[in-house]
Amino acid sequence: MPIQLLMPALSPTMEEGKLVKWMVTEGSKIQAGDIIAEIETDKATMEYESVDDGTVGRLLFPDGAEGIKINTPIALILEEGEATSELDGFEVAAPAEKSPEAETPAPERAAAKPVQAAAKPKAAAPSAVEPEVPEGTKFTSMTVREALRDAMAEEMRRDKDVFLMGEEVAQYEGAYKISQGLLAEFGDRRVVDTPITEHGFAGIGVGAALAGLRPIVEFMTFNFAMQAIDHILNSAAKTLYMSGGQLGTPIVFRGPNGAAARVAAQHSQCYAAWYSQVPGLIVVAPYDAASAKGLLKAAIRSPNPVVFLENEKLYGRSFDVPVMDDFVLPIGKARIVRPGNDATIVSFSIGVAKSLEAADLLAAEGIEAEVIDLRTLRPLDMETVLASVRRTNRCVSVEEGWPQSGIGAEIAASIMEHGFDDLDAPVIRVCGKDVPMPYAANLEKLALPHPEDIVAAVKAVCYR
Amino acid sequence: MAAASAKKSAKAAPKKAQSKSRLQDLPKLYREMLLIRRFEERAGQMYGMGLIGGFCHLYIGQEAVVVGMQAAAREGDQMITGYRDHGHMLAMGMDPNGVMAELTGRAGGLSKGKGGSMHMFSVEKNFYGGHGIVGAQVSLGTGLAFANAYRNNGAVTMAYFGDGASNQGQVYESFNMAELWRLPIVYVIENNHYAMGTSVERSSAMPDLHRRGESFAIPGRKVDGMDVLTVREAALEALEHCRSGKGPIILEMMTYRYRGHSMSDPAKYRTTEEVKKVRAEQDPIDKARAHLLAENLIDEAGLKEIDREVKAIVAEAAEFAQSSPEPDPAELYTDILR
Repeated sequence: MPIQLLMPALSPTMEEGKLVKWMVTEGSKIQAGDIIAEIETDKATMEYESVDDGTVGRLLFPDGAEGIKINTPIALILEEGEATSELDGFEVAAPAEKSPEAETPAPERAAAKPVQAAAKPKAAAPSAVEPEVPEGTKFTSMTVREALRDAMAEEMRRDKDVFLMGEEVAQYEGAYKISQGLLAEFGDRRVVDTPITEHGFAGIGVGAALAGLRPIVEFMTFNFAMQAIDHILNSAAKTLYMSGGQLGTPIVFRGPNGAAARVAAQHSQCYAAWYSQVPGLIVVAPYDAASAKGLLKAAIRSPNPVVFLENEKLYGRSFDVPVMDDFVLPIGKARIVRPGNDATIVSFSIGVAKSLEAADLLAAEGIEAEVIDLRTLRPLDMETVLASVRRTNRCVSVEEGWPQSGIGAEIAASIMEHGFDDLDAPVIRVCGKDVPMPYAANLEKLALPHPEDIVAAVKAVCYR
Repeated sequence: MAAASAKKSAKAAPKKAQSKSRLQDLPKLYREMLLIRRFEERAGQMYGMGLIGGFCHLYIGQEAVVVGMQAAAREGDQMITGYRDHGHMLAMGMDPNGVMAELTGRAGGLSKGKGGSMHMFSVEKNFYGGHGIVGAQVSLGTGLAFANAYRNNGAVTMAYFGDGASNQGQVYESFNMAELWRLPIVYVIENNHYAMGTSVERSSAMPDLHRRGESFAIPGRKVDGMDVLTVREAALEALEHCRSGKGPIILEMMTYRYRGHSMSDPAKYRTTEEVKKVRAEQDPIDKARAHLLAENLIDEAGLKEIDREVKAIVAEAAEFAQSSPEPDPAELYTDILR
């Protein structure tokens, strides 16, 4: 029986990839270790090595095929002694489930589907009318990754003092491919590869900002920014105050925050609550591509230090983004991504995706939940939250971070202080579990909040 | 061989003329050192009276370092340092009234009373603080130098830190990037021998701090930091090194603080004899004064005149620092964001 070669998973969050080109042809003899294909994911291009000896029997996808789900058979290999006739009538197996990720769309069988269509979220809220978007504006579908890149490129074109520094941002074009094309356009003076030295380059970034430049400091993940947190807090956030208003720090610290997939405790922490506690910082955590673009542009223009928390699992998802010359969103404004009158779900970043899924499930049961995307975590737009709770009288907060002293804790306390009489039920927090992130797939799933948890919480506050 | 002959003729120039130009600024440098000394003595006194709170780290004994360095700097060069920063600000020409009023936490302070002893800044004078986290100023200073290189503006950054900070990891992260990117920065290590109460010998596996850049190929010099003219010469060379595009350089200034690490210091880590001996034999201000008199650059009357001027400046600063009002309560909520 022929061996099936499967589309490999080359990163923890990869769901599909592109077969750039075959390095073998049907009939080629191969040995374990031979490079048989070049595969491109949203993060990197890699060579695919065979682990078997044999003869290439059939290539199931042509060069350039995109959107191939992981674990989809891409070629059949004949073992020694097997005849080509073995291929005839051989049934190609369906791709196996990759992981029990709740929000991962079920792998589709029609293999060669374009990336963007496949990644489209169910509830891509009809880009509900931002006041910043004039009527009649056209929209285009774009990944969060592209939106972030475009935001940086536009701001770098606009202001020669803006530059990007971080690990692998230049030649590698970003560990998560966020800075694609920037080195080519702006050169190595403005797109600066640093050594692996977070504490040092964060300090250098802040120093450059004190001198009046506008650095964008990329952390490969915010987990690594722990080494640099002294400069983010003590050097960036506090200097304006300590200088009596003389010396500001116009800098953006950005990168993926929170859990990716199967990378365990040290690479999976959500820092939203940590940074949101610090006066002198602005903290942004966008969900969709339009917010990512409009708010990153605002962050780069801000005269203040901004911590810009992205999410690795959202990078590849596509959303509608307005086609405008200069689309900038105001910092500190939440957005109602789905209106409803029965309960308010407040979330940010990937929690919004889960909340929208939950709202769909709730709607099927006759509960219309309003979903608020906070977008900025400091300053927190409590006005929008309180106005919503005034209508719905019920509130659930959703975040992937830990419960104690979290964003949800802050929201619950604020509602109690400023909207106690509007509540018909206590606020419920849906959070990551109070444990370090485990590696095992089943445990990791248990540690993270899912739409079902949100549904249960909303039902509880609705007494249903 | 024009260069060689020029060198020769410089060497052949009359010794006296050369030393004269070298000494020309000494009265001014003496005055600047004396201002720092008297200012710090008054700050110590006011701390004792309860007029200054929190931490207060005095620069007494180390005056020649910053005065000598600054004498070599050009307009546009930046300075950044740690928390022992009063002397640096005075040497940068910042207003003594504003510095002292910041120490007393008054509205007239350079940071409106919100920064205190360790946190003052002057964008106008290119002084970037005043940082309370040991070693942070080294990365921040390297960032200032990065901005100079980015703008290609010819300016050099002087980042000061102590022997204690020289053991912080971010110092070496910064060294690496500074040399990698050839940033124009002079790392000035003020080696006063004690990080709080821990001597260099007890804290440093390799106590020759000017050699700490060797593994990054950053040159380093050991300098007598108790002699203002020696400091200035080393500074001129170092600044030229940076300005000519050769990247960073380290100057280890051998110096000494007479007072405790901060105002509360049990002084159990060194003997009073040690302090007295340095003070008697190496004091940078005494040395400069003797030099001035020996070279007839000033007479006793001239010295008295400088004394009087300096005392008047310090008296005015102390007066201002006590009469300036406390910050308006509304200031609590200002300057958090722009």
